[in-house]
Amino acid sequence: MALVEEIDYGTPSVHSDTMVTLTIDGEQVTVPAGTSIMRAAMEMGTKIPKLCATDSLKSFGSCRLCLVEIDGRAGTPASCTTPVGPNMVVRTQTPKLEQLRKGVMELYISDHPLDCLTCGANGDCELQDMAGAVGLREVRYGYQGENHFDSVKDESNPYFSFDPAKCIVCSRCVRACEEVQGTFALTIDGRGFASKVSPGMNESFLGSECVSCGACVQACPTATLIEKNVLAHGQPEHSVVTTCAYCGVGCSFKAEMRGEEVIRMVPWKDGKANHGHSCVKGRFAWGYATHKERILSPMVREKITDPWREVSWDEAIGFAASEFKRIQAKYGKDSVGGITSSRCTIEETYLVQKLVRAGFGNNNVDTCARVCHSPTGYGLNQTFGTSAGTQDFDSVEHTDVVLVIGANPTDGHPVFASRMKRRLREGAKLIVIDPRRIDIVRTPHVEATYHLPLLPGTNVAVLTAIAHVIVTEGLVNEAFVRERCDWEAFSEWAAFVAEPRNSPEAVEKISGVPAQTIVDAARLYATGGNAAIYYGLGVTEHSQGSTTVIAIANLAMATGNIGRPGVGVNPLRGQNNVQGSCDMGSFPHELPGYRHISDTPTRTLFEGAWGVSLDAEPGLRIPNMFDAAVGGSFMGLYVQGEDIVQSDPDTHHVTAGLAAMECIVVQDLFLNETANYAHVFLPGSTFLERDGIFINAERRVQRIRRVMSPRNGKADWEITQDLSNALGYPMHYTHPSEIMDEIARLTPTFAGVSYAKLEAVGSVQWPCNEAAPEGTPVMHIDHFVRGQGRFLITEYQPTDERSNRKFPLLLTTGRILSQYNVGAQTRRTENVVWHEEDQLEIHPADAEARGIRSGDWVRLASRAGETSLRATVTDRVAPGVVYTTFHHPMTQANVVTTDYSDWATNCPEYKVTAVQITPSNGPSEWQRRYSEHAGKSRRILADAAD
Amino acid sequence: MSPDKLVYMANQIGKFFASQDHADGSKAVDGIATHLRKFWDPRMRREIVAKVRAGEAGGLDPLPRRAIEQLAAGE
Repeated sequence: MALVEEIDYGTPSVHSDTMVTLTIDGEQVTVPAGTSIMRAAMEMGTKIPKLCATDSLKSFGSCRLCLVEIDGRAGTPASCTTPVGPNMVVRTQTPKLEQLRKGVMELYISDHPLDCLTCGANGDCELQDMAGAVGLREVRYGYQGENHFDSVKDESNPYFSFDPAKCIVCSRCVRACEEVQGTFALTIDGRGFASKVSPGMNESFLGSECVSCGACVQACPTATLIEKNVLAHGQPEHSVVTTCAYCGVGCSFKAEMRGEEVIRMVPWKDGKANHGHSCVKGRFAWGYATHKERILSPMVREKITDPWREVSWDEAIGFAASEFKRIQAKYGKDSVGGITSSRCTIEETYLVQKLVRAGFGNNNVDTCARVCHSPTGYGLNQTFGTSAGTQDFDSVEHTDVVLVIGANPTDGHPVFASRMKRRLREGAKLIVIDPRRIDIVRTPHVEATYHLPLLPGTNVAVLTAIAHVIVTEGLVNEAFVRERCDWEAFSEWAAFVAEPRNSPEAVEKISGVPAQTIVDAARLYATGGNAAIYYGLGVTEHSQGSTTVIAIANLAMATGNIGRPGVGVNPLRGQNNVQGSCDMGSFPHELPGYRHISDTPTRTLFEGAWGVSLDAEPGLRIPNMFDAAVGGSFMGLYVQGEDIVQSDPDTHHVTAGLAAMECIVVQDLFLNETANYAHVFLPGSTFLERDGIFINAERRVQRIRRVMSPRNGKADWEITQDLSNALGYPMHYTHPSEIMDEIARLTPTFAGVSYAKLEAVGSVQWPCNEAAPEGTPVMHIDHFVRGQGRFLITEYQPTDERSNRKFPLLLTTGRILSQYNVGAQTRRTENVVWHEEDQLEIHPADAEARGIRSGDWVRLASRAGETSLRATVTDRVAPGVVYTTFHHPMTQANVVTTDYSDWATNCPEYKVTAVQITPSNGPSEWQRRYSEHAGKSRRILADAAD
Repeated sequence: MSPDKLVYMANQIGKFFASQDHADGSKAVDGIATHLRKFWDPRMRREIVAKVRAGEAGGLDPLPRRAIEQLAAGE
C-alpha cells in the first residue's frame, strides 16, 4: 500500500462553455477558457515549478518561480496568473527561465535554515522539491546575511507548530484561511524583509481567532506549519481514503499511516462533500481512538451497584442473550428493545434493527435521531414524500439567498459553513433566524442582511408570518404551485396564512421580531433569486418541531424554490450517519427505505428475506421506552453507541427508566454515563478500525475503511451478529459488503449501491437505482416523491413550557466548534483546550440584575432539576434568554431540560426550558452525588478475563 | 406509562389535526386515529383506550377523544 497521491494543478479548475486550444512545449492542449497556463500544463502532465500556487487557492503570482515564455509576448509572465489564449504558444523550459528560476530559488534558500535532514517536512517539502526541479546547486549570496533563523516558534496550538524561520512568505496559509476557511485569522504583518505571517494582531495561534481547521497547515509548502504528530513520528508511508466520523457533513480524509498508527488525517481533495477542506475535529481530534480510558474487554455485572468484571466475549454475549431471553419469557416479547447509533455505519444500524425485529420479534427499535431530526423525517415526508434534504452541498454555489434557521453552521457543520461563507462573500444574501447572534450573523466579510432574533419556541409563528407576507404581497410562484403541488391544499394554506393573526405585526408580539424585519426577510427570500433554507436542531427540538419543518417546506414550495441547484430544504444533520441510520429502518414504525411496518408488501419482502414473521405494529420510541420501563412493561435494552443519560432530556426521568430495567447492554468505546446503569458492556470499535458506509446530510453514501485492527478485537457489526446468533436468530455475514448487498436487494432507493460501485465512483447520493444509476444530487426535479407537493396548515401552538416569576428566563442549548455531541470523543482529545467545561451564556442585563460576572459559578434551575456551571456574560444572547452546551457530563445540562416533546415524533424540546439563574458557590449537591455515583459505577475488578 | 402523559400527547396531536380541518372534525379525527395507529406502540394505545373506557381521561380534548373511541371500536 502506498500514499494516495493527489495532483496539484496549481490553480483552481474553471468552468466555461468555451474551450481554448494552445500549445505548450510543442504539444497541443485544450482547456476551458479562463484556465491558467499553469493548470493547462499540468492537465497534460507538465509540472511548472511553483511555490505560492496550489489548486485550492486563487492564483497569487508572488513567488516568480512559475515564469514561462509566450511567443509574441514580451517578458516572462507568471503561468499561474496568466490565462490561456487561443493558439498561444508557451514554453515552460528555456535557458532564460532556468536562469531566472535558479536566481529566485537562491534568494529563498539564502534565508532558509538548511536543516533538511532533521526537518519535519523532509520528504514532503515543496521548497526542497523546487530546489531540485530548478537544478539549484549553489547560493551565491552565502548564508551569513540577515535572516530569520532566530524567529521564535509558536507551539501554542495543540496540533500543529508554527516555525517562522522556515517561512518563505508565500501567503498560502493566509490565503487558505481567507479563501478556504473564511476566518481571516492570518495576515502578513510588516513589509519587505520584515514581512511575516501573523495570527491576528501578532497573537499566538491559540490566542488568535484561528479555528484550527488545518487549511493553513495543508497549504504550507514547507515545514513552517506542520502537524506535531509528523514532527514526533516522521512522514507517513501509506494512506487510506475514509470518511470522518463526526458531523453530518461527511468529509473525506486520507488517513495517513505508519503501519497501523495514524500520523495525520488530511482532507481528500476528491471528497465530494468537503473538496479538500476540514475542521478541527475531523482533521485533528481522532486521538480518542487510542485514549487510555477506552474499554477493550467485554464486562458484565449482576447489579449496577457491583463493580464491573472483565470476561470473555463468549461470556458477555452469552450473558446478554440469556438475560434478554429471560426477560422476554417473564414479561413478554415486547419487553425488550434496542437503540441504533448514528455514529455507527449503515450496515451496523441495519443489523441492530434486524436483530430487534427478527431476533427479539418486535419493533422496539429507535435511534438517536429521535432526539434530533425525527421531525425532519415526519415533516418532509408529509410535504415532499421522503425524509431527506433535497440538495447536495455543491448546490450552495448557485444560491442567491441563504436562509439559516435554528442552525449554527460555523460551529456545528464548519466545513459546509466555509462553503456557505464563500458564497456569501461572492454576494449571496443571508437571512438568519435564531435567538442567538450566532457567528455567521457577522463574521469577516459576511454579514446577514436580516437577523431575526426570535424568542425560543416561536419558529412556527415567524415562518407563518413570512408566508403571510409572501401570500398577501403576491409573491407566490403560482406557476410552480399549480404545476407541482396540490392546488386545493395550497389554497387552504394560503387562506390560513393570510389571516391577520398571522401577520408580521401580530407575530411581533409573540416572537419579539420587529414586523418590518419579518416583511423584509420574506421579500428577500421570495424575490432574491435562488433561495435555499438550511436548518438544524433549533427547528426540530421543539414541541412544534414537525410543524416547523412543514412550515419550511411550505415556504420552499410556495416560492418554487425546490427541484433545481441553488434552492431547496436542507436539514443539517448533527452526526455522521444520522441520515443513514434513519434510512436503515432504525425507527420503530418503519423498515429500511422509510416504508411503514404495517405495509404488507414491504413486510412480506423482509419476512421472505429474513425467514421470520414480522410484527405489523409500531414499537416504542426512546422516550416511550423510559415511560414503559417505569411502568414495568419494558425491562431490557441493547444500546449501540449512544449515551442516552447525557444526551436525552430530563435526566432524572431517563435514569429512573434505566434503573427500572433488568438488563441494559451498552456497546460503546468508553464507560459513558449510560454505562453507569448497564449490566453488560460490549467494547466497540472506532471508525478507523472497521469497514462500512456512512451517509451524510446530502444523502451521500460514502465508505469508511479500516486502517488499523480493532483494538477491542471486533468490528461493531460482528458484535451485533454474535449477539443475534446467541439469541437464536442466525446471522452469517463475513464482511459488511454482504450486509450492503442485502440492503440493496431489499431497499429500492439503494438498489444501485454496492461496495464495487463506491470503489468505482467514490460516492453516490441516494436514490441510486436503475432510474438514477449515478445517484441523485438534487431531488424533486420534475415531481415530488409523493407526486404533488402537499401544503399543510401550520397553526402556532405555544409550548407549555413557559417562563414565569419563578423561572423567568428561557434556556436554549447547542454545541460549539471544538466539541461534539456528548463529548465522549472530543473530550478525550486536545480539543479541551478550547472548551474544558460547559458555560452558561447570559445577557449583561440579566447578569447584572443577579449580581453575576463572567467566570462566576451559577445555579441553573428549572422545573425538572438543577445544576451549576460557570457564567459567561455576553450580548450574543438576548435579554431573557440563556444558552449552554451539553458536552460535559459533570454539567449535565439535560438535568434541567424537560420531557416536553414534539407532537408528532416525541423529539424532545431541548430548545425551550424556563429557568432561573442565581449565584452559586460551585457544583450542586446533585452534581457531587452524581460524581460519586459515576465513580462507583465505573469500578472494574482487578481480575482479568480468563 | 403515565396515562396523563398519554392524554397530553394525544391532545398535542389533536391540536395539529384540528388545525387541518375546517369542517365537522371528522377529517381531524381520522388524522389523529391514523397517527396513533402509525406511531404509537400498541400498549400505549391500549392504555389510553382503557382510560377513556374507564371514564378516567377527563383532560382529553373532544377530537382526540373521538379518535380514541374510533380506535376502541376497531379493536
